Amino acid sequence: MSLSSWGMYPEIQNKSYPLEDLSKLNECIAYGNGRSYGDSALNENIIYMKPYDYFKSFDDNNGVLHVQAGVLLSEILESFVPRGWFLKVTPGTKLITVGGAIASDVHGKNHHAEGCFSESTLEFNIMLENGEIKNVKKSDELFLATCGGMGLTGIIIDAKIQLKKIKSQYINQTTIKTKNLRDTFDAFERYKDKPYSVAWIDCLAKDDEIGKCLLMVGDFDDFGDLDYKQKPRLNIPFNFPSFALNKLSVKAFNWLYYKKAPDGVSKQRVGIDSFFYPLDSIRNWNRIYGKGGFTQYQFILPLENSFEGLQEILKLISESGKGSFLAVLKLYGKKNDNYLSFPIEGYSLALDFKIEKGLFELLDMLDRVVVKYGGRIYLTKDVRVSKETFEAGYADIEKFREYRKTNKMDNKFNSLQSKRVQI
Amino acid sequence: MSYVLIVGAKSDIAKEVARTYAKNGYNLYLAGRDIDTIKDLAVDIRVRSNVEVKLKELDITEYETHKDFYQSLEEKPLGVVIVSGYMVDQKIAQNDWSESLNTINVNYTGVVSFLNIVANDFEAQRRGFIVGVSSVAGDRGRKANYIYGSAKAAFSAYLGGLRNRLHESGVQVLTVKPGFVNTRMTKNMNLPKKLTAQPVDVAADIFKAQQSGKNILYTKWIWRYIMLIIKHIPEFIFKKMSI
Repeated sequence: MSLSSWGMYPEIQNKSYPLEDLSKLNECIAYGNGRSYGDSALNENIIYMKPYDYFKSFDDNNGVLHVQAGVLLSEILESFVPRGWFLKVTPGTKLITVGGAIASDVHGKNHHAEGCFSESTLEFNIMLENGEIKNVKKSDELFLATCGGMGLTGIIIDAKIQLKKIKSQYINQTTIKTKNLRDTFDAFERYKDKPYSVAWIDCLAKDDEIGKCLLMVGDFDDFGDLDYKQKPRLNIPFNFPSFALNKLSVKAFNWLYYKKAPDGVSKQRVGIDSFFYPLDSIRNWNRIYGKGGFTQYQFILPLENSFEGLQEILKLISESGKGSFLAVLKLYGKKNDNYLSFPIEGYSLALDFKIEKGLFELLDMLDRVVVKYGGRIYLTKDVRVSKETFEAGYADIEKFREYRKTNKMDNKFNSLQSKRVQI
Repeated sequence: MSYVLIVGAKSDIAKEVARTYAKNGYNLYLAGRDIDTIKDLAVDIRVRSNVEVKLKELDITEYETHKDFYQSLEEKPLGVVIVSGYMVDQKIAQNDWSESLNTINVNYTGVVSFLNIVANDFEAQRRGFIVGVSSVAGDRGRKANYIYGSAKAAFSAYLGGLRNRLHESGVQVLTVKPGFVNTRMTKNMNLPKKLTAQPVDVAADIFKAQQSGKNILYTKWIWRYIMLIIKHIPEFIFKKMSI
């Protein structure tokens, strides 16, 4: 069977196995819903986790939900939003498995308030290289290694996660249109106490407009219904021809998007799907980048260097003309203790790029700036970063390598990515 | 809320059909040969949808137990969905009579025994729906799969007759003909991606077709047209083909 992840690049031949076969395999990696972008979940042998999708229990008193690792976040929402519960931490797509959310230690618009997915994970069971199943609590080293550990410590079987109470399915959103990067930073600072925030940046803006954005902040409304139904989704039934996405079309899109929003500060009341998961409403949106695939470049810079670094990187991107529909900027809160979790306190930028000639050279150039300012790359989105760039960003990598070695995980659990950056 | 009885609850399609009915507020009887294999599903559905789920032991080939089984249901179901099925590689079936017989009994004889009882009750009550998951394999016998296919053909014909009979009493009968579905039954087959449905989509199609009173459902929909073509290939050509 041929397999790729969300970026449709690379595509490899592989074989899929059930959990029982784990101890027989020389090497493998867990594969969930295929929503990491690059090669984090690719290997010749995969353990396909989607069929392990049973809900096991829910406690109405404290909001603790026990599910198997193959359950999608969308399934949790479908069952629990109508009962007044929401995920404490959710990324920008609900179409990922719980196992994947833990392995990537995903985060969302409320990172500055609630941290990563591991902060809402109470405990989990994991299958180790010898087939043994281990229960892992927050205090265990295996917890620190597994959350954000990209599936390289074992196969997560099930988990208990904490849900949070909501009173309605609506979010009161404030949109702030800014003029440049300084303006954008000020706005983030000003709205810091809002639990959810994210900015869409126009990457093709030039000169003194560099860094202009739409910052969206919000919180759940206390009033309104909980009648949450997932709508039928639009579909992109085939790959767009590769010329469909070019500097002009992206520019037009960004211009329209930016123009559409009123100047200054405006307020909206929106639903869960449009606030948290705008792209999920289009099935297979990855096909707009053509069959050659795409990647997302996401990095984060420490707070003290963020402004300078972003200024430099945005300028490089703007000059390259390799635009991206979506460039997402966000201010993060404090880092956690997990060995490989991506978030640190500072600003992160994420951009999509069509895979094409000259792209990797551009990204290498951006890498050098990221490293210069003490930043790091997000493995879940990555498909090409070098070992050196990766290592420069993650101070705990040696601890992680050591842990894998001591516990005999390093031969068994590998992805194309883990081999590339020699994790 | 009314109960829906799912027969053959262990299968991947049944799992999603059960979840879909529960999501829409129906209580469930899940029936299968070995209750242990569907226990986790019952818990799953209770947690997801807050509905009543009752497990019932039923072997579709133990014909003499069917009457008692149906009578023992605390509350008679509003609908019955037959998902039970058995498919073994054609080569094995054609060389082993017991495999052939089991294919016929699970896919046809047992279902007739069971649905006769259900049909009489629904007819008397003048309400209810019956959904039978047959197969496109029953639309034309092919060398690759004709023992299974012929049992499904018989099942489809049975459902057609039943629909005709029960129409007058206002009881709906839906014949479902899935094409390729990505399940444990087909996990060793190399299925063409574009023609292969996921169980969750098949379940959504079934629920929608049942609720809107349809008679025959092909899922994915394209199979209606594929089978239309296959059915119309003249026999003197068809017999030379390998499809």
